[in-house]
Amino acid sequence: MPFGNTHNEMKLKYASAKEYPDLTKHNNHMAKILTPAIYELLRKRQTPSGFTLDDVIQTGIDNPGHPFIMTVGCVAGDEETYEVFKELLDPVIQDRHGGYKPTDKHKTDLDPAHLKGGDDLDPNYVLSSRVRTGRSVRGFCLPPHCSRGERRAVETLSIEALDTLSGDLKGKYYALKNMSDAEQQQLIDDHFLFDKPVSPLLLASGMARDWPDGRGIWHNVNKTFLVWVNEEDHLRVISMQQGGNMKEVFNRFCTGLTKIEKLFKERKHEFMWNEHLGYVLTCPSNLGTGLRAGVHVKLPNLSKNAKFEEILKKLRLQKRGTGGVDTAAVGGTFDISNADRLGFSEVELVQMVVDGVKLLVEMEKKLEKGQPIDAMIPAQK
Amino acid sequence: MAQLSFCRRSFSGRSCKNFTCAPSPSHPQVQPYCIVTMATQFTRMLAGRNTAAVLASLGAGTLATGYLLTDSTAAAERRMLYPPSADFPDLRKHNNCMAASLTPAIYAHLRDKSTPNNWTLNQSIQTGVDNPGHPFIKTVGMVAGDEETYEVFSEIFDPVIKDRHNGYDPRTMKHPTDLDSSKITSGVFDERYVLSSRVRTGRSIRGLSLPPACSRAERREVERVAVMALSGLKGDLAGRYYSLGDMNEREQQQLIDEHFLFDKPVSPLLTSAGMARDWPDARGIWHNNQKNFLIWINEEDHTRIISMEKGGNMKRVFERFCRGLKQVEQLIHERGWEFMWNERLGYILTCPSNLGTGLRAGVHVRLPNLSKDPRFSKILENLRLQKRGTGGVDTAATGDTFDISNNDRLGKSEVELVQLVVDGVNYLIDCEKRLERGQDIKIPSPLAQFRR
Repeated sequence: MPFGNTHNEMKLKYASAKEYPDLTKHNNHMAKILTPAIYELLRKRQTPSGFTLDDVIQTGIDNPGHPFIMTVGCVAGDEETYEVFKELLDPVIQDRHGGYKPTDKHKTDLDPAHLKGGDDLDPNYVLSSRVRTGRSVRGFCLPPHCSRGERRAVETLSIEALDTLSGDLKGKYYALKNMSDAEQQQLIDDHFLFDKPVSPLLLASGMARDWPDGRGIWHNVNKTFLVWVNEEDHLRVISMQQGGNMKEVFNRFCTGLTKIEKLFKERKHEFMWNEHLGYVLTCPSNLGTGLRAGVHVKLPNLSKNAKFEEILKKLRLQKRGTGGVDTAAVGGTFDISNADRLGFSEVELVQMVVDGVKLLVEMEKKLEKGQPIDAMIPAQK
Repeated sequence: MAQLSFCRRSFSGRSCKNFTCAPSPSHPQVQPYCIVTMATQFTRMLAGRNTAAVLASLGAGTLATGYLLTDSTAAAERRMLYPPSADFPDLRKHNNCMAASLTPAIYAHLRDKSTPNNWTLNQSIQTGVDNPGHPFIKTVGMVAGDEETYEVFSEIFDPVIKDRHNGYDPRTMKHPTDLDSSKITSGVFDERYVLSSRVRTGRSIRGLSLPPACSRAERREVERVAVMALSGLKGDLAGRYYSLGDMNEREQQQLIDEHFLFDKPVSPLLTSAGMARDWPDARGIWHNNQKNFLIWINEEDHTRIISMEKGGNMKRVFERFCRGLKQVEQLIHERGWEFMWNERLGYILTCPSNLGTGLRAGVHVRLPNLSKDPRFSKILENLRLQKRGTGGVDTAATGDTFDISNNDRLGKSEVELVQLVVDGVNYLIDCEKRLERGQDIKIPSPLAQFRR
């Protein structure tokens, strides 16, 4: 509730032990960190907009998790969540982001000139390249908590800003609720359309409320620069194209993002950002850069090699199916992207992907010729 | 403290000796029902819904966090930044009772109000906003978070209730409660046609929030109160409780085989309303040893009570239903609790569609000839009955066996509704027999809606 949350006071009449959730069968970051003592300490608090501890953790309670996959189990309702509930979120962040400490500082670097190479990934193997991130608009509650009025305000602001983009970034906004059938089919064929979330991880946090009000997709005429409005974050910004020219993709990504940020600032709004957490997003897993740079790459031989997982780990990369997160690979073609989000700059992460994928493709070529790859296995990055 | 003018009459005519009447902060004037201050200390705290008392009881240390203030300037600023018109939902593609009644004016009037438990209009209507509905099926589109919801937001709930309950006007009409099963006549059906008989209703425990709103502690309290009361049942009603979270595989399979086990809700109508939070914490099933009296705890309502058996003895099913309900109510009274009820709306449940009696009395009945007759739907309509598949709501009939039950919940008493089902099903069986013999059948004249 964006107007303050006095229901929380009602709950305080019960002893903390009576309210403490049963997490005995749970396997997520929140469940591992939230002791009865921390619960008791934090349940008395709320952010200025009324987001409370129970709001933060509800998704983690409702989704006990999987023995193999460790989800985060908490979300932010506004920028202040990360401060007010730091006793819970700092350890969660530390766990999720490879030991990132509450005193660490995060570097932001969106200068594409700093990227070395990346324009020459072999298109016989690398089918497409993509970089995505998220941005939150300061002063508005995040998707789990925002009112309809706030969500619409974010949408209006975004449309205004995006409408002024020009050149190869000039484009058009398609509101989800006003889309014609023809437009909808086109966006599905382009693989641009996002659907109402069905994952219980997202539904339990309240992000799908009022669907499709205030949601939409903006993309440029060339269909290489795309912005999702009010899905899991205020904005998700995506730069993509066929082939292996990651440098060009990253160029466009940085140029576009910088322009959008400037346009928002001209309208007296900025993005949520701070020195410690970088860009602030709904899910703690996306803090820092919020950046996932990836390729669809054919690795039929390498993926069958016993050392595949180890190599990816050393390169700080992760694999997914080409349907995105939670899908399996089809026919030896994988989505390979950076595993990290926080503690490395955007340039550093894209550099890791560019260098790592280059190496993976070389390994694949060697295996095709029946040659060994043991000497090529890198040290841990 | 002001005294209320009257308290509700209990079924046994017992007057309100044990209860103290108190106004609530949102309704300082006389109310049509009691707010009970109960015997236990816990409930005494609940009755004192005064903010200062709350803050005082928490201690000075908590104020140091600086985030406890209720109507902070931040909240006031936000309210000014976002007038109700900015938040009014887009209901143009919606087909549910809430969307049909909610105007921008009503929304503006109610948006910044809340019940004493701080349940808001936005929370009540969220399920109706998220689920636009179906052109053929008109859902309700709103839920209550607590008993006071129906009062604080009566400006929208009253027209929705009127829409859903065929013109029943909560502002002027009274709902009759009658659980005297001895009044039922002809309540034993021909078992060549009626395969099983069942009566269900719901009950909410006064003083605790409803499933969309309740905290984990409140839900656990509902479980504790209900299970404690049920453990006092004796004779043919004696039974045991199975907590959903603690069930072993064997118990689970047994309950599935008996068609007793309820699952985590998947319907977006329920999940959007927040009823599935913290599943399966404090949810469970109680049934008697004879497996014909069953209680669901903390599913869509605090409690759902079901009496059922194979065959056509609806009178016995209803007799057990009434007896069990009365005994449970007696057992919770002894510990200072009661059910949510008032004269306007009868028994208070989460969904407005279940107000009044909350009662669905039904049979599984074979009607191979009648179901193929084009007059079948009209006959049902005039008898104020509805048909469902034997899998329950939202299922289609398999073969010729139908679930036939009462349409109405509010405005007629339990006895009236069960008698209506009894008379109606007897009529349907009569039609079936006539068609078997090649005789003609008649569409009965429509039953009256509400008694004078």
